[in-house]
Amino acid sequence: MTTATKTPAAKAPALRVGATSFRLRPRPLLVVAISLVVLAALFVADIVVGDFPLTVSQVVDTLLGGGTRRDQFVVVELRMPRALTGLLVGGALGLSGAIFQAIVRNPLASPDILGVTWGAGAGAVSVITFAGSLGVVTGSAASIGVPLAGLLGGLFAGLLVYGLAWRKGIEGFRMVLVGIGITAVAGNFTHYLLTVGDVQDAGRAMVWITGSLNGRGWEHVVPVALALIVLVPVAMIGGHVLGALQFDDQTSRGLGIRVNAARSFLIVVAIVLASVATAAAGPIAFVALASPQIALRLSGTAQPPLFGSVVIGGALVMLSDLVARTIYRTELPVGVVTAVLGAPYLMFLLVRSRREARV
Amino acid sequence: MSVRLEASSLSIGYGERLVVDTLDLSIISGTVTAVIGPNGCGKSTLLKALGRLLPARSGAVLLDGRKIDSMSTRDVARVLGMLPQSPSAPEGLTVADLVARGRHPHQAWYRQWSSDDAAAVDAALEMTGILDLADRTVDELSGGQRQRAWISMALAQGTDLLLLDEPTTYLDLAHQIDVLDLVQELHASMGRTIVMVLHDLNLAARYADTIVAMRGGRIVAQGSPGEVLTEEMLLEVFGLDARVVEDPVSGTPLVVPVGSRHRVP
Repeated sequence: MTTATKTPAAKAPALRVGATSFRLRPRPLLVVAISLVVLAALFVADIVVGDFPLTVSQVVDTLLGGGTRRDQFVVVELRMPRALTGLLVGGALGLSGAIFQAIVRNPLASPDILGVTWGAGAGAVSVITFAGSLGVVTGSAASIGVPLAGLLGGLFAGLLVYGLAWRKGIEGFRMVLVGIGITAVAGNFTHYLLTVGDVQDAGRAMVWITGSLNGRGWEHVVPVALALIVLVPVAMIGGHVLGALQFDDQTSRGLGIRVNAARSFLIVVAIVLASVATAAAGPIAFVALASPQIALRLSGTAQPPLFGSVVIGGALVMLSDLVARTIYRTELPVGVVTAVLGAPYLMFLLVRSRREARV
Repeated sequence: MSVRLEASSLSIGYGERLVVDTLDLSIISGTVTAVIGPNGCGKSTLLKALGRLLPARSGAVLLDGRKIDSMSTRDVARVLGMLPQSPSAPEGLTVADLVARGRHPHQAWYRQWSSDDAAAVDAALEMTGILDLADRTVDELSGGQRQRAWISMALAQGTDLLLLDEPTTYLDLAHQIDVLDLVQELHASMGRTIVMVLHDLNLAARYADTIVAMRGGRIVAQGSPGEVLTEEMLLEVFGLDARVVEDPVSGTPLVVPVGSRHRVP
């Protein structure tokens, strides 16, 4: 069949394993493979670099049970959980953004803009300020309370946007508008809390709002890891409808999709992913916005590739954290770096969409 | 002469307003039906209800004798292909990928792409003559090419029943003929059943076996082009003063509007 190899569909041959079969697309697979290598390198670098520099072999040795007690402490208690938190949070944000962007069909859609991030911020800052100045929540209750409140705040804001945007179904554009509104309300509430709160609490809250990996331990790794273990496969399975969901509602329905059910399910998955990630590391800006678009451009696909967005999200946070820790004498919060990288990118997106609108 | 698709006392409305009013219609297997009527007569709404895109307020749509409301969305999509009036595709989607999406009703999360899918996509592209455009993105195509791409997607869906909502909108006359020739070929070579909403009466007369004329949510006339397209019907349905002559090429009715400039007082 020499002619068949030239036909367009045969360019992406089917990969069969028993009853399952998938489309083999070389370029997106290559992007995932290369990104995984880059991610691994960044992960190792994030553990090696620091005030106590270590070599790669020292780190490997320590992980296998060797090394000095100081090495043990630095690697296992400090750097490993920090790097893992960053990697997992980045992956969760990337996947959340990819789902939002595919459903809303807008590269600007992300949990940052759809209210989830600032909802989480408002939740966490309430606990931080009330815990200090009012003495209601103290000690360990506050350290568990902050991520928990962040999680609940993000879920609440996300579901609120979803509920308010619902008119016999979800339309992307309306969801973005409602999301901007809720983001503004949650943002203003957060600023109000910072104003009325104690100065020291406000300082702590500001660090949290920026998004930081400082002092992240295993207690931050575990919830995000669990969420990803459950939700990545769920998103991959549910995500096979994303391709056919890319059209107007009527076309999608004509292709046999229960549009509202499918969209609702995937949006809730995306909201949970973003909330869990924000609860662990604070609202790290632009990762959810940028990683799906980077993955999409590298892969040359029309919709953000889900797994590619996970890997690139992780790599983006790792890279930003590496920069944040090394560029200045003191360690900067990772959110500062992602914001600095993300702002020009956002402008690029806006300029580009304006140029396209003119054509 | 079996009935493929049937509307029985079908009423559809938006809010208070009834757009389709207790309508009965039978689509015979293997025929091409054109639905005509003035703007707002409910012809697009009828087509959407026939394709299960809109719920019936009362009455029912029967697909192969089964109530379409009781069938799953996926089961309907395996039998019936629908092309809405102005479908939208995401930016950057290639033609091959667009057409591949037509295979969705035959796929599952664990079986996302099979050799059947590849064969169906290639066959659809071949039939519409856009195999060479497969790697181009949908947004860079011309209107006629784009319409062919969308029809290819509906073809890849592999249904022998196709509902097309104004497949010739925004196309120049040559491309309108092009698309309708393709529809004709689908009908002739594979016996597909086709229902389409058309604005151009003369083209409807040429390409359809049956014409259904609607006004105010009801069917005013239906039958062969010669039976339906009469001067009386045009006056009644469209309020149009027109002469009907014989099309010198096809022998079907040719509608020639009079207009105020040529009206004899």
